[in-house]
Amino acid sequence: MNIFLSPFVHLGRSTLSILQRVGSIALFGLKGLSGIVRPPFYAAIFGRTLVEIGFLSLPVVALTAIFSGGVIALQSYSGFRHYHAENAIANIVVLSITRELGPVLAGLMVAGRVGAALSAQIGTMRVTDQIDALRTLSTDPMKYLVTPRLLAAIVALPFLVLIADILGVFGGFTVAVGKLGFTPESYMNSTLASLNAMDVSVGLIKAAVFGFLIALLGCYHGYHSKGGAEGVGAAATATVVTASILLLTFDYLLTDLFFTS
Amino acid sequence: MTQQPRIRIRGLKKSFGSKVVLDGVDLDVETGTSMVIIGGSGTGKSVLLRCILGLIEPDAGTIEIDGVDVLRAKPHHQHQIRQNIGMLFQNAALFDSMSVLDNVMFGLRAKRRAQSKPLLRSEMQPEALTLLSQVGLDEAVGTLSPSELSGGMQKRVGLARAIAGHPNILFFDEPTTGLDPIMGAVIDGLIADCVSHLGSTAIAITHDMASAQRIGNRAAMLYQGKLIWQGQASELMHSGNPIVDQFTHGRREGPIKTEHPL
Repeated sequence: MNIFLSPFVHLGRSTLSILQRVGSIALFGLKGLSGIVRPPFYAAIFGRTLVEIGFLSLPVVALTAIFSGGVIALQSYSGFRHYHAENAIANIVVLSITRELGPVLAGLMVAGRVGAALSAQIGTMRVTDQIDALRTLSTDPMKYLVTPRLLAAIVALPFLVLIADILGVFGGFTVAVGKLGFTPESYMNSTLASLNAMDVSVGLIKAAVFGFLIALLGCYHGYHSKGGAEGVGAAATATVVTASILLLTFDYLLTDLFFTS
Repeated sequence: MTQQPRIRIRGLKKSFGSKVVLDGVDLDVETGTSMVIIGGSGTGKSVLLRCILGLIEPDAGTIEIDGVDVLRAKPHHQHQIRQNIGMLFQNAALFDSMSVLDNVMFGLRAKRRAQSKPLLRSEMQPEALTLLSQVGLDEAVGTLSPSELSGGMQKRVGLARAIAGHPNILFFDEPTTGLDPIMGAVIDGLIADCVSHLGSTAIAITHDMASAQRIGNRAAMLYQGKLIWQGQASELMHSGNPIVDQFTHGRREGPIKTEHPL
């Protein structure tokens, strides 16, 4: 091969490979979602996954949100006091938590905790022939494994983000009142004045999209894992990395869509 | 007029990249026959079973079950045909998120769901317990999870799950691999009993010659992607084919060359 053309050949191949992977993930997601309207629907698995994602992720999401709210209050205070703008702290905490940090931090926590677990569960089923066993038992693995998990994540993430929003604001409130000398009444009044239904709603929409992405990537990488335990580990790693990157990418795109105009 | 074979395979080919695994396999399995397919590791025995089950798509060839070309049939027709096939996987492939009893009930539920006759758990439980006792397992085992069972017990549960839907075709993928000789004989006995009790047609793949003769009444050998010999299972040890004889007697010298000699 011509030495000058070689980089272009590699670039072309890499681009094609990435596009092929994106297409494959998109088709997998569509097939998984189509199971919502095509019976049978496995409600028990949906319920179990909802608890796994929503309820069992609560502690880690709650702690992350409380400390993030507190840190924002501290950091903004140390910056704003030079300009005598301490009263803007409540506004900053509410805006950053509801618009960005609530959905993004909850999403990243769930991507690490649940994305890897989904990938490992389904990946283990793949390498131990359990997915093939499902097919021999007249059960569509996409409907049985993927559809309930996608739906559970789409439902659970907004619930988690709503909790994260409340606890994040509470974290800011605790630091502002306990450490920075604000009165509870004035901080609460500023908080309520800054609270915007649009900010919270967009945060919840972001959360549903993040939930879909995390479950989609977890299921996709698990479903296509191969090569035994090593393959399952690689699938879990790929899920956390790609989910985190995609989550931040979609966060930017959704922010641009809802707030720029 | 001769009776149509239950399973008829013609010119089946499958490659993975440049590696040809199945290279024009022709096979007839008559109704009620227990066919045992032997062959070395990596010769495509499991791939052949998975092609028939629809788990792997072959590159070329035809697979007919009861006269219907399953590869070209409409998806719902393929699904109907494959509902009548039970499979015992090499590692049993039990669902590790469920108890033993739930694994067996999954087999019952799958069949009922396919017939649009869903059953309540309380209705399925006695049948699942009967299936467990049929494979020699106590009721108490039902509450355990698959990881708490020995390899032999897992195979028994896998067998109970495979026969739960009363399939008329049964596949066994190396059913005695990893078991001690006594447990292997027990599993073979159970398989032979189940096949005769259900009146099923069976295909088993194995490396174990004793197992092959206990399970099968017909046998075939897969070598370099082709079926090179077919005959009665009782003739396995003295087939007259040098490749089969080398394999069944486990001789190092002969026409089969090991890929990586020490």
